[in-house]
Amino acid sequence: MIDTYWQLLASAEGGHSDGLIDRLKSTIDYLCAPEYFVTLTTLLLIVALLTYKIWTKPKVAGLIFAAFTFFYVASMFDEDFFKIIKKPDNVPITMMIYFTGFCTWLGFRQAAINDDRMKRGEPLLESGADDKVLVWPDLVYTELIALVLCTAFLVVWAIVLKAPLEPPANPTNIPNPSKAPWYFLGLQELLVYFDPWIAGVLLPGLIIVGLIALPYIDKNPRGNGYYTLRERPFVISVFMFGFVIMWCVLIVLGTFLRGPNWNLFGPFETWDPHRPAALLNINVSDVFWVVLPERLALSWWKPGLPDQPFLFLPAYLVREAPGLVLVGGYFFVLPVFLAQTVFRRIYREIGFVRYCVFWLLLSWMFIVPIKMVLRWLFNMKYFVAITEFFFNI
Amino acid sequence: MGLFNAVGNYFRDSQVWGSIFRHGVPRDRRTRAMAILSNVFLHLHPVAVRKSGIRLSFTWCMGGLTFFLFIAETISGVLLMFYYRPVVEYAYTDIVGLRAHVTLGLLREIHRWGAHAMVIAIWLHMLRVFLTGSYKPPREFNWGVGVILLTLTLLLSFTGYLLPWDQLAIWAITVGSNMARATPFAGHEGPGAALLQVGGVPLIHGGSDARFLLLGGTVVGPGALLRFYVLHCIFIPVVVSVLIAVHFWRVRKDGGISGPL
Ligand code: HEM
Repeated sequence: MIDTYWQLLASAEGGHSDGLIDRLKSTIDYLCAPEYFVTLTTLLLIVALLTYKIWTKPKVAGLIFAAFTFFYVASMFDEDFFKIIKKPDNVPITMMIYFTGFCTWLGFRQAAINDDRMKRGEPLLESGADDKVLVWPDLVYTELIALVLCTAFLVVWAIVLKAPLEPPANPTNIPNPSKAPWYFLGLQELLVYFDPWIAGVLLPGLIIVGLIALPYIDKNPRGNGYYTLRERPFVISVFMFGFVIMWCVLIVLGTFLRGPNWNLFGPFETWDPHRPAALLNINVSDVFWVVLPERLALSWWKPGLPDQPFLFLPAYLVREAPGLVLVGGYFFVLPVFLAQTVFRRIYREIGFVRYCVFWLLLSWMFIVPIKMVLRWLFNMKYFVAITEFFFNI
Repeated sequence: MGLFNAVGNYFRDSQVWGSIFRHGVPRDRRTRAMAILSNVFLHLHPVAVRKSGIRLSFTWCMGGLTFFLFIAETISGVLLMFYYRPVVEYAYTDIVGLRAHVTLGLLREIHRWGAHAMVIAIWLHMLRVFLTGSYKPPREFNWGVGVILLTLTLLLSFTGYLLPWDQLAIWAITVGSNMARATPFAGHEGPGAALLQVGGVPLIHGGSDARFLLLGGTVVGPGALLRFYVLHCIFIPVVVSVLIAVHFWRVRKDGGISGPL
């Protein structure tokens, strides 16, 4: 049904190609390469956190909503974009975008109001502990209405959109691209940058452990039970970075922009299965043992990966020494330095043990964007590549 | 109206009604409290709550919606189980038959879209708990219970994805479960697995690693279908139900919906 509707609209447009629109589309396609897409959305998040009192005003937020919806709907006239978005299992992603956007607005709107009120010494939106109401009728009825609306929503959704069913499972016919269910596409996207033991096991594990550990690390007693940003800017910024960028944005990237061979395609590009796969990547060890000596051209330092053991160190450790030093510095030296500078106050507040856990979680969270940037800029593949033991970072 | 009231009163005065609802119509403070206290389901709630806590803009009702969706999934799931057999020979054709022959064939749609909606709702519930700082003492433990619930909800969705046994299902699960191959020490392509050997014979290989445990085979085949079915229909839902009970209990024990002191 949706299909024919779309065809009608597309044919109504008359098939003439508008030069301006095409140029706009190719600009957007270009900006959707991960290096721009992730960077731009991150910048957007930072700006949003800094200006939360402005964009949360209902009028501004309404304008943003209208502009985004206009863009989204207009995009649907593009055949390639529409093909992706109308896949039944991708419909939830459109919902995710809208609901997450709305709820983020709702939360930050109240945070903005509360922060203003606190500055003026007025009571919070949530104040009034003695204001109690009876559960019957106030809560029970709210719940009933929510239940009815939710059911209606679900039934309508089920009537309008058929659940997908593809041809029967065939172990010899591998679809290209093979995608995980949409809520795991963020993790699948990490496979571009990390080996499966990090992307598929370690990082998900750390997300779970990290979330559970959060209340024990965040010792800030303020902001308990009401919306605020001013009283806990650091924790909220880190969490929003993780939730919005590292989870939601990567899901959008994985759904809309990844095509055959996991190559990147702009939202308005046709998925071409014959586009060649990505180019060669290099490791830190290559940079140190080959590129560097070649550039420096010293008489005593010949380019070439070491393949001899050194004293008691096996050859692979010698080869990977530069990367190991880098990684070791990041995980073990940097936190010491930070504890005396930027994180001084945090360290004083939470103490040694909590700080160690905090750094374990934070360092792994930020190794993701760090490695992304290094890949985009230098085609870097591994810091440490001990392929002998499947141990690559 | 008069007749309506008369019939209503007749039923409310009857012995049957009185045996079920042991209080009058909830019109005043006492009977309203009774309505909550004397009902095993409603008494998940306290009798009275802070006004700010039940404002829709505070909780977004997201925890409640997650719960509703879980119940909707349970009901539609049980109905689906009547029509579905988890063996490779029948799984796909049962789904096709379900589409073609079952009256009001919305079951599968409701179940599938409900699952997607639950995944979204649970994230947003977490987001609101986070933004209101409601994970702070005394609610640290309940936040942890929530995180486990979130993990299990994703696993529920994931295990269910395989059951239609179509191309979408088998390859999505193949991609997902390939990760288990790389589990450190426990997967045969994971770091450290090569160290685990006895007299040169590796302990961890394709037929003994974490992925094999999950799939009951080296590829996504009949063993995986059965395992995912059992996990999806029995094990995970039971654990989730228990944890939801703990979660609700703790919401009350930790002082009800959070609010500023
Ligand atoms: C099956 C999944 C879940 C269900 C059915 C559920 C249900 C609920 C309900 C009904 C409430 C009452 C207040 C509200 O609606 O917001 C609540 C509160 C709470 N939930 Fe959940 N929840 C689930 C998952 C989670 C998750 C994933 C987290 C966090 C990671 C979480 C953490 C909490 C906390 C800390 C509270 C207390 C909040 C307060 O007192 O303000 N829950 N939950």
